[in-house]
Amino acid sequence: MISVGLTHVLILSTCLFFIGMYGFFTRRNLITLLMSVELMLNSVNINFAAFNKYLFPEKLDGIFFNVFIITIAAAEAAVAIAIIINLYRSHNSIDVEDAGEMKY
Amino acid sequence: MDASTILFYIIAAYILVTGVLAVTTRKIFRSAIWLLFSLIGIAALYFWMDLPFIAAVQIVVYVGGIVVLIIFSIFLTQKSGDQMPKPILGRTLPSALASFFGLVFTINLIWHHGFVENKGILFDPTVDSIGMQLLNTGEGGYILPFEVVSMLLLAAMVGCIVIAMKVKKEETI
Repeated sequence: MISVGLTHVLILSTCLFFIGMYGFFTRRNLITLLMSVELMLNSVNINFAAFNKYLFPEKLDGIFFNVFIITIAAAEAAVAIAIIINLYRSHNSIDVEDAGEMKY
Repeated sequence: MDASTILFYIIAAYILVTGVLAVTTRKIFRSAIWLLFSLIGIAALYFWMDLPFIAAVQIVVYVGGIVVLIIFSIFLTQKSGDQMPKPILGRTLPSALASFFGLVFTINLIWHHGFVENKGILFDPTVDSIGMQLLNTGEGGYILPFEVVSMLLLAAMVGCIVIAMKVKKEETI
């Protein structure tokens, strides 16, 4: 039995990232797409914190990146939801299939 | 197997199960609630890694902010009791295969890399040291990104208001 270390945390975050990717590929609703992106961002955050804790414990840079990613994710979610609400007003639907005017 | 190991596996299973439910359930409101539980599990993982500050930020921003925003937008845009249409097999199968092979490939890389953990030095992520270095102007200080991020948040706020603003039909802008 190997003691829990960096590898275990990295495997957990990898699983979470690919769960988010699966959701991003299969969902067709803009809000659920946004949720999948949040899951992927969180898995990356776990990576930053784990690398900082286990490989470079004398520094704090991973934690700062973590905080900045959380901030930018908040800004991204706010802008995305504003766009979704605007799209709902003009199309009465937030399905990605219904918003294909700029596709071709 | 000590208590820390058991705790890690419990937290990991909790995060993964709620994450899978969040991307597969067909009721959108339930999906948001499973996402909420998954994010709480990630905050628990940060507590497990001795990072109470990051865990607190995670709970305040994600659980208290983003998920509430998502739930509000669900209520604004659709009936939350409705089931979403079932994704067709031609879409789920390739994406499941792509995710699975990506997962296996990445885990294989991680497993065989052999990270050398640095155990001698004490990890010191107290709010004290984080604050001192984050707002430091000298070597290794992060004051410039901090200010840039504050500008980004301001721009995002203005952008949200402009995008979501209702334009009256009579006016021609």
